[in-house]
Amino acid sequence: MAGKVIVLTSGKGGVGKTTSAAAFAAGLALRGHRTVVIDFDVGLRNLDLIMGCERRVVFDFINVINGDAKLNQALIKDKRNDHLFIFPTSQTRDKDALKRDGVGRVLEELKDSFDYIVCDSPAGIEHGALTAMYFADSAIIVTNPEVSSVRDSDRIIGLLASKSRRAEFNLEPVAVHLLLARYSPERVRKGEMLTLEDVKEILSIPLLGVIPESESVLRASNTGTPIVFDEESSAGRAYHDAVARFLGEQREMRFLQPERRSFFRALFGRA
Amino acid sequence: MAGNLVQGAVFTVMVVRAGMLRDPAFEHELAEQILRSPRFFLNAPVVLDLKQAAEFTNQSEFVEAREILRRHTLTLIGVQNAVPAQLEAATGAGLASFAPNAPQPSRSTPREPTRSAMPAAAAKTRLVTQPVRSGTQIYARGTDLVVTAAVGAGAEIIADGNIHVYGALRGRALAGAGGDVDARIFCSRLEAELVSIAGHYLVSEQLPPEQQGFPVQIALVDERLTVTRN
Repeated sequence: MAGKVIVLTSGKGGVGKTTSAAAFAAGLALRGHRTVVIDFDVGLRNLDLIMGCERRVVFDFINVINGDAKLNQALIKDKRNDHLFIFPTSQTRDKDALKRDGVGRVLEELKDSFDYIVCDSPAGIEHGALTAMYFADSAIIVTNPEVSSVRDSDRIIGLLASKSRRAEFNLEPVAVHLLLARYSPERVRKGEMLTLEDVKEILSIPLLGVIPESESVLRASNTGTPIVFDEESSAGRAYHDAVARFLGEQREMRFLQPERRSFFRALFGRA
Repeated sequence: MAGNLVQGAVFTVMVVRAGMLRDPAFEHELAEQILRSPRFFLNAPVVLDLKQAAEFTNQSEFVEAREILRRHTLTLIGVQNAVPAQLEAATGAGLASFAPNAPQPSRSTPREPTRSAMPAAAAKTRLVTQPVRSGTQIYARGTDLVVTAAVGAGAEIIADGNIHVYGALRGRALAGAGGDVDARIFCSRLEAELVSIAGHYLVSEQLPPEQQGFPVQIALVDERLTVTRN
């Protein structure tokens, strides 16, 4: 087995990288793919909270990089899905602990037993983010429909094209996908947010999915449940669609129109 | 500072073989040549090549040579390939000494060096086919830059020549970076943060709003950047 390394990255913080990494990894696992999701945000460990496994962390990514623990000691098996594993990071160390050789070695080892290795990148364009993207085969650029996020995404796409291992060794370039998160059709309609078309035009990379802004995402984060386990949530369904598209399925984009809220609007709303 | 008093520069100078001045047909041929392109020869500097002209040894002969050339609007400024005695006489006549590495005229009339010279091979245009992402800098040294994709906000493209962007220009574009005031910037959609030609620049808010989002070209006219719709 030779697993594929997927990095979720954005440049800008707070756009939904960790939420998306958790949802994407869980979505892959729900489709039967053996998946591990790794937290690269050394010192600001969050993925374990989002995945609801924070009370089971013993060893972490840095311990394994340094050879202080074995891989199977550090990997945490998800309680909801047998195909899903969480690889937490250290909260006490900093990004300098991410030695490139060590990270590469651990990823190679993971490739033997997993189909997909989902890397949750820290924000920024410094060592942590660069290390998270370096070994990627695919990248999912998590972007919000606002100008600063789009510009930072553009920067990250440029770095993937120049600073990744694939770029360095002149291999086939990292496959880059756009995931537009926290999209509010209502606010787009009011002109408060960039439209999907604007973002696609500026970044000009293939669109993997549009995740609607949804209160259910916050609830899911706080209860440590990846949003894809919530079948009711529009955001959860949008992540399922994105995973399906990543795996090559054709699916219509959903949740691009404002939801009809009232009976009155249902009667007289625009077609 | 002395560094400011003396500056180096390179000029194109015509070279006349001294022996030709003794040729009776010389003045006539020279006059004909000058008639064909009088502006090119007007006050043009001339260096007298003394190779195979050992007879030039008197100061008065250099003065006379200067008079002949002066009649044809040319200015004798110096000599080359002078032996020490000739050099002394030439210096006495107020002429400078030039190194003997200038091209030798092969015909009996002076040539137009800059016009008859073969054109230098054109520098290869720098072609970029991928979007220029934010934070990226591209410099087309000594040539033009053609981008067949968008230039993102926060990206910087620089060329010593012209810049062409077949896409939206959202970042910075600096043409004529080496000082070429004739360089231009062309783009399919103007949304630039900054445009500059030969050091003259406009930032986004100085760009005419009615041109934003349109295909334009930007040129330097009378030391002012002008934006015109393509």
